[in-house]
Amino acid sequence: MRTTVHRPFSRDQRATIVYGMLAFVLIIVILQLWLLTATMNAWLGGDDSVVLPAAAASLGCLGLNGGLLWYLGRLERGRRQPSG
Amino acid sequence: MSEVTSDPRGPIDPQVNTSGREGLTGTAPANLYGPLVEREQITIAPDFAPADTQPAWRQDFPIDWPQDQYVERRDFMKFMVLTSAAFAVGQLWIAAQNWWRRQNGSYEIRRIASVDDVAVGGAIVFTYPAEHDRCLLVRTSDTQFVAFSQKCTHLSCAVIPRPEEGIFFCPCHEGRFDLRSGAPTAGPPRRPLPRILLDIRGRTIYAVGVEERTV
Repeated sequence: MRTTVHRPFSRDQRATIVYGMLAFVLIIVILQLWLLTATMNAWLGGDDSVVLPAAAASLGCLGLNGGLLWYLGRLERGRRQPSG
Repeated sequence: MSEVTSDPRGPIDPQVNTSGREGLTGTAPANLYGPLVEREQITIAPDFAPADTQPAWRQDFPIDWPQDQYVERRDFMKFMVLTSAAFAVGQLWIAAQNWWRRQNGSYEIRRIASVDDVAVGGAIVFTYPAEHDRCLLVRTSDTQFVAFSQKCTHLSCAVIPRPEEGIFFCPCHEGRFDLRSGAPTAGPPRRPLPRILLDIRGRTIYAVGVEERTV
């Protein structure tokens, strides 16, 4: 019978994970900044066809970032709770 | 790398016949099963040397550098997610403004001036479509009129018509727009001036709409 041991990540492992998340989040935030400026320029120029797709894309990016933050919180909670 | 810290429980003596332990077969030091010190609770100096060899000030005020770096990166990531939320709110604000602009419907038809009110090469100021939206009507020839918003597309300064040079000039940052098309020709503006659509009926000039453009 196989059993799986769920061992919480050590601090060094979590630090590596946070570095990876941070790189991903930074890329997404830069993408959102570009999206916001491009959308604003287009909308001020009278082109409103991109407004809703851009808003949806930006919300999707926020969802990705929020998901990563939620995963980080789960890592921290898993560290504090005793493994059973 | 040197040993980070020594085991606070002390070494386990495998000998059972050492001094003071004679006959205590199978016994162990009382602190053997004491609470373990978590590895993550151990303060690590920047040089990874043992705490005993650190200067006195660092022993008095120890900083766990790996923990400090971890918390900093974690908090920075939280701030970046907050920034991401701000950008998303900005996009929603644009969408809300766009919805509001569509709800307002089409532009009204408003009389601006008579043809005779503007000399060739001259200009007058009028407001359209709202009361505070200042615009410029320029007569470029006997039969041709152009009208643009007076608000510079860079930072919203009021542009000044210079028909003799064929430009609208923005004095704030020396932006220039073509007099006939409103396209930016010099300076920081990147978008053309919004064009006011005109309708000349008889000797009267009417504004009938606003054309915003990106190029």
